[in-house]
Amino acid sequence: MKCPPFDYHRATSVADAVDALQAAGDEGKILAGGQSLVPVLALRLARPAVLVDVNRIPGLAGLERRDGVLHAGALVRHLALADQRQHPLAAEAARWIGHTAIRSRGTLAGSLAHADPAAELPAVLRACDGAVQVAGPSGTRRLRADELFVGALQSALADTEMITGVELPVPDAWGFAEFARRHGDFAVVSVAAARFGERVRIVVGGVAGVPHLVDAGDLATVDGDVSDDRVTLLAAAAADDVDPASDLHGSAGYRRALTEQMTLRALADLAGHLRPVREPA
Amino acid sequence: MKITVTVNGERHRLDVEPRRTLVDALRDDLGLTGTHVGCEHGVCGACTVLVDGEPVRACLMLAVQADGASVATVEGLAGDDGTLHPLQEAFSRCHGLQCGACTPGMLMTAVHLLDTDPDPGRETIRAEMSGNICRCTGYTGIVDAVAEAARRRVTSETS
Ligand SMILES: Cc1cc2nc3c(=O)[nH]c(=O)nc-3n(C[C@H](O)[C@H](O)[C@H](O)COP(=O)(O)OP(=O)(O)OC[C@H]3O[C@@H](n4cnc5c(N)ncnc54)[C@H](O)[C@@H]3O)c2cc1C
Ligand code: FES
Ligand code: FES
Repeated sequence: MKCPPFDYHRATSVADAVDALQAAGDEGKILAGGQSLVPVLALRLARPAVLVDVNRIPGLAGLERRDGVLHAGALVRHLALADQRQHPLAAEAARWIGHTAIRSRGTLAGSLAHADPAAELPAVLRACDGAVQVAGPSGTRRLRADELFVGALQSALADTEMITGVELPVPDAWGFAEFARRHGDFAVVSVAAARFGERVRIVVGGVAGVPHLVDAGDLATVDGDVSDDRVTLLAAAAADDVDPASDLHGSAGYRRALTEQMTLRALADLAGHLRPVREPA
Repeated sequence: MKITVTVNGERHRLDVEPRRTLVDALRDDLGLTGTHVGCEHGVCGACTVLVDGEPVRACLMLAVQADGASVATVEGLAGDDGTLHPLQEAFSRCHGLQCGACTPGMLMTAVHLLDTDPDPGRETIRAEMSGNICRCTGYTGIVDAVAEAARRRVTSETS
C-alpha cells in the first residue's frame, strides 16, 4: 500500500528537530532510516501529520570509545556498527539485522526507539547496561536501558523527544547467539551475554515485551569460572527465568527450549571472547 | 516538494509529494520501470537500487530523502549499444531468471556484492542474496550466475 499523506520537515539540527516535533503536538514522528517507520506507514498502522527527517543533522554518526564505553551517534547505521571493532558484541549483533540493504539505512537510535522485543540492538544495550542521551523541549536527559524499554514497541520517550547518542559499555567478554527462521529474519530467540568483571549479564530477546535480563542469582557471579558445568547451570536458569508467550513462530515451550540452547551457545561464545586489551581504532 | 536526483548519471528535477517513495518516483515520474515493486514494505527486495553506491530498498526511502543523491538502477547496467552487463549475461546463461519480477533487485544486489567482495564463496553469495525473494527459480540458478560472473571477472582481471 501507499503511505498516507504527511508533511515533511528536513531537520538541520537537534534543536530544529525538537522544535518541529513540538510544533506538531503529538502528531509528529522522527524519520531516521525508515526501515521500520515506512513499513508502518505503508501498512497504515500509523498516520502522523508530520515526519521530521533527522538524516541530515550533522555530527550524529560518530563512533568513539572512551574509558571503556563506546559513544555512538544516533545516526550510526547498522552497517557501520557491524564494521567497527571497538565494541565487538554490538558489531556481532548488528550483523544479524536483516540484510545489507536494510543495514545500509537502519540506524542504532531508530532500532532502540522502535523497541521491537525481538530486535538485536535493544538486547545488547540492556546486556551492557547502556544508556541513551535524549534531547527534548525542556533540555536533555539520560535514560538507562532498564528505563528506556517499557513494552513491545513502546519506549519511555515522549513524542517530542529525540535520542541523540548511545552509550555502550564494552564488556570484558561477550557472546551472542540467535535463532531465526531464515537468514536475516527477526530472531525467534536471541541471547546477548556480557561479562563485566565477575558478573555475567544474560539478556534474552523474543521472549517478553522488552529484552529480558535473566535473574540467575549467585550463579551469575562467575569469578573466572565459565566451565561447562557453570554454563549448563546458567542456561537452565535462563530457561527457568523466562515466561514466553506462544505465537505463530513458536510455542512457549519451544521458545523456552531455544532460550536454553541459545544461552549455551552465547556463553560458549563468551568463553572464547576476551575484551581487546588495547582500544582498537 | 522540489528535488534533484541523478539517476544513472542523468540529472532530473522533480516535484513530488513527501509520501512518494523513491521506487514510485523512479517508475511513475521518470518512467524508469526497470525497478520493480513487490511488497512495498521492505521484505521482497524487488525494488533494490543503489543510492550513493549503497544498496537500499527504494520502497522504504522517500523520494524527498534522495534529494541530491545519485541513484543507480538496472537500466544503467547494459552499455549504450545494448551490450549486457556481465552479471546480466551470467543470469541469462545460468537460468537465473524466469518471470523476471525479482531480477532487477537481484542484479543490483549482486552488483554491490561483487563491488565490495570480488571473489565471494557460494555461502557468502547465498547469505547476501537471501534478502531478495524469488518465486520462480529455486535460487540455484541465481547463485550460479553470481558465482560465474565473479569467476569471469577474477579470471579476466588476472589474465
Ligand atoms: C526486511 C526487514 C528486515 C529487518 N530485520 C530486522 C532484524 O532482523 N532485526 C532488527 O533489529 N531489525 C530489523 N529490521 C528493522 C531495522 O533494524 C530498522 O532499522 C530499525 O528497527 C529502525 O531503525 P530506523 O533507523 O530505520 O528507524 P525508523 O524506521 O526511521 O524509525 C523507527 C521508529 O523510531 C523512531 N526514531 C527513529 N530515530 C529516532 C531518534 N533518534 N530518537 C527518537 N525516536 C527515533 C521513529 O520515530 C519511529 O517511531 C528489519 C527491517 C526490514 C524492512
Ligand atoms: S517492494 Fe521494496 S522490498 Fe518489496
Ligand atoms: S524469476 Fe520470477 S520471481 Fe524470480
